[in-house]
Amino acid sequence: MTHAVALPTPVSIPVRQILPYALFAGIISLLALYFVGAEQGALAIFDGTYVHELVHDARHLLGFPCH
Amino acid sequence: MPLTDTEAAPATLTVRSLLVWGLLAGLVGGLLAFGFASAFGEPSVDKAIAIEESAGAEHTHGTDPAEHHHDETAPAEEEEVSRAFQSTGGLGIGAVAYGLGLGGLFSLAFAFAYGRIGPLTPRTTALTLAGLGYVSVVLVPFLAYPANPPAVGKPETIGDRTALFFGMIGISLVLVIAAVILAKRLTPRIGGWWATVSTAIGYLVAVTVVAKLLPSFQEVPEGFPGNVLWDFRVASLGTSAVLWAGIGLVFAALLHRGLTKLQPQAV
Ligand SMILES: [Zn+2]
Repeated sequence: MTHAVALPTPVSIPVRQILPYALFAGIISLLALYFVGAEQGALAIFDGTYVHELVHDARHLLGFPCH
Repeated sequence: MPLTDTEAAPATLTVRSLLVWGLLAGLVGGLLAFGFASAFGEPSVDKAIAIEESAGAEHTHGTDPAEHHHDETAPAEEEEVSRAFQSTGGLGIGAVAYGLGLGGLFSLAFAFAYGRIGPLTPRTTALTLAGLGYVSVVLVPFLAYPANPPAVGKPETIGDRTALFFGMIGISLVLVIAAVILAKRLTPRIGGWWATVSTAIGYLVAVTVVAKLLPSFQEVPEGFPGNVLWDFRVASLGTSAVLWAGIGLVFAALLHRGLTKLQPQAV
């Protein structure tokens, strides 16, 4: 442990550095939320009920309308 | 304030390391939420399903989601995923997948917020963000459209309820971001305290008005036990609270560790 140093302002990350990640990782992350929250419920990308049944209890308990 | 750190010069962070920390935090948060939901959520889900089945109003856990009409003479539903797995492995997979997605988005939000939302230490920024996220993405939408256990909710309104629930999350999120930006702009003029208090009140008034203007649904079946509904809803809020707290705390810890490691080069 070094001695305490005066607290400087955190260096913010330039927006143009964040944007490519925000697009790529943001879309994949939103897709994960969508599959747990709504797929094969009100909306459907895939036919059937497998996804709906698999994540059924998580969907209810995370507060999403299920059926 | 006890939350103040004495850590020194934070070096420039990369979005990539933030994303990795966010995903790790999401994984841990998802697992913790899974544990909480198993212990405190599943009992009320089981009771609700038992009520649903005994009432003959079996909802289609195993048949086509579009076909939600309940025919009492219909043959027993076919399940692709057994109830036993839905309530254990399925719950775990759902909670972890959701945690990872949320952790990823959380780290991106942190990348934007870091160094931009006032004189907060990195760890306090992470926890503030998790708190704002829980209030705006979980609590406020929940108060407008509370979570429902199986057997509650009419199948014919699933489309409207889903659209309005997501709409409420979107509106609440936009309003909370607007409030944070406004608070930052007001701070030089009226000071941090009043800027925070006035924009927080502004946000709460705005979401209350929006929630009152949007249609609501009263679809609890007659005779459905109030205590099961209450237990389920408290467990639902708790599951999300554990998830968001887990993400915020684990992310803060990883961030702190990362920044401390960077220290020798930065100074
Ligand atoms: Zn259901």
